[in-house]
Amino acid sequence: MRATDSNSAFAMYRALVGTGCVCALLVVFTYLLTAPLIAQKRSAALHEAVFAVLPGTTATLALHANDQGELGLLEHGAATPLYLGLDAGGRITGLAISAQGMGYQDLIRLLYDYAPDRGRVIGLKVLDSRETPGLGDRIHHDRAFLAAFEDLQIPLSADDGRVQQPITIRSGPHRQPWQFDAITGATISSQAVARILSQSSALWAPLIWRNQETLQGIASRAEGARHGP
Amino acid sequence: MAPSASDDFIKGLWRDNPVFVQVLGMCPVLAVSNSALNALTMGLATSFVLCLSSLLVASLRAFIPAEVRIACYVLIIASFVTVVDYLIQAISLELHAALGAFISLIVVNCLILARAEAFASRNTPLRALLDALGMGLGFTFALLCLGAVREILGMGSLFGIALFGEAFQPWVVMILPGGGFFTLAAWLLLITGLKRRRARPQGA
Repeated sequence: MRATDSNSAFAMYRALVGTGCVCALLVVFTYLLTAPLIAQKRSAALHEAVFAVLPGTTATLALHANDQGELGLLEHGAATPLYLGLDAGGRITGLAISAQGMGYQDLIRLLYDYAPDRGRVIGLKVLDSRETPGLGDRIHHDRAFLAAFEDLQIPLSADDGRVQQPITIRSGPHRQPWQFDAITGATISSQAVARILSQSSALWAPLIWRNQETLQGIASRAEGARHGP
Repeated sequence: MAPSASDDFIKGLWRDNPVFVQVLGMCPVLAVSNSALNALTMGLATSFVLCLSSLLVASLRAFIPAEVRIACYVLIIASFVTVVDYLIQAISLELHAALGAFISLIVVNCLILARAEAFASRNTPLRALLDALGMGLGFTFALLCLGAVREILGMGSLFGIALFGEAFQPWVVMILPGGGFFTLAAWLLLITGLKRRRARPQGA
């Protein structure tokens, strides 16, 4: 009897471990095969989205921050969360910043347009999410929700450029300039967007504030290079 | 008389169609059939998972004890869903975004687990594959029936190609969730009517 139980337990372990190994190999093989192609498509989609969230933009420059918090131009092809938009006259149209964070069941990736001269978010596009269909996925296309990000203030300290008020969901009867309304039935997804924006802006807005002259210099040099010697 | 290999394949297409007869997997049927392209992609993705998981379940049936069979089936199905998820992303990110979380939800499509438990685990890999292929094509056909009607009436197009002139006023309700229920009800009414008519004795 004991031998039968032991055989039965071994057969169960063998089946579960064996099936698990076959399935793991299958998933890993597919991932390795498709990962470069997916990365390439995501990069192209991000590039398109940068133009979409920066109205009036005719050229974009990929930027990066070094360890000292100085912004500079990024070498061609490298991945970055920060893009500087320039219009036809070489003026800065805004900075497209990509950010991500955990939503209801998986990562939410979004891109927002930050206007450094006005200290405001002036556009947002959700790039990717797996929020609940019909509820959480309304963060992609709910017009009233997205319209709130066309003018959302990020108040910065005049001394050191730190964010004074993080972006939050409205909780009281009156909406503050740094608050937006959650979508009914998609509260967790809306809160996730607020958290992602708040964390990302806390990192980037002070950095951009300190590097305003550098950004102007980069824009001038890019405009000069465009017109040639 | 034992059913032939062709019976295994054909039954899913019409007689035991997973959507119109068995009424299985209604969540993606109603949610993703708002356009013909979405319906076709979801149908093919489900068929892919159904065929490969049935093949693997049938191949491993002697190796999997009854006590852990459901856990193993779910593991196999989830792996193929992950594979199809990566493949769709590699083909088109727009399509992947349009189908949203429904690709992941193929894991819980009762059609796939039902075929694994009721057929693949008791038959040879070839018969399991034929059964899955028939059921998958039947599922795709049903989704396409819904998707085509909803897109034509809701957007005035089919596979994105405009069918009517500028004057056409789209029935927006057809691409909304309510339109899915209306269209499914209309198809079920038509198919049940046809079946009853065929079953009626000649000359009666």
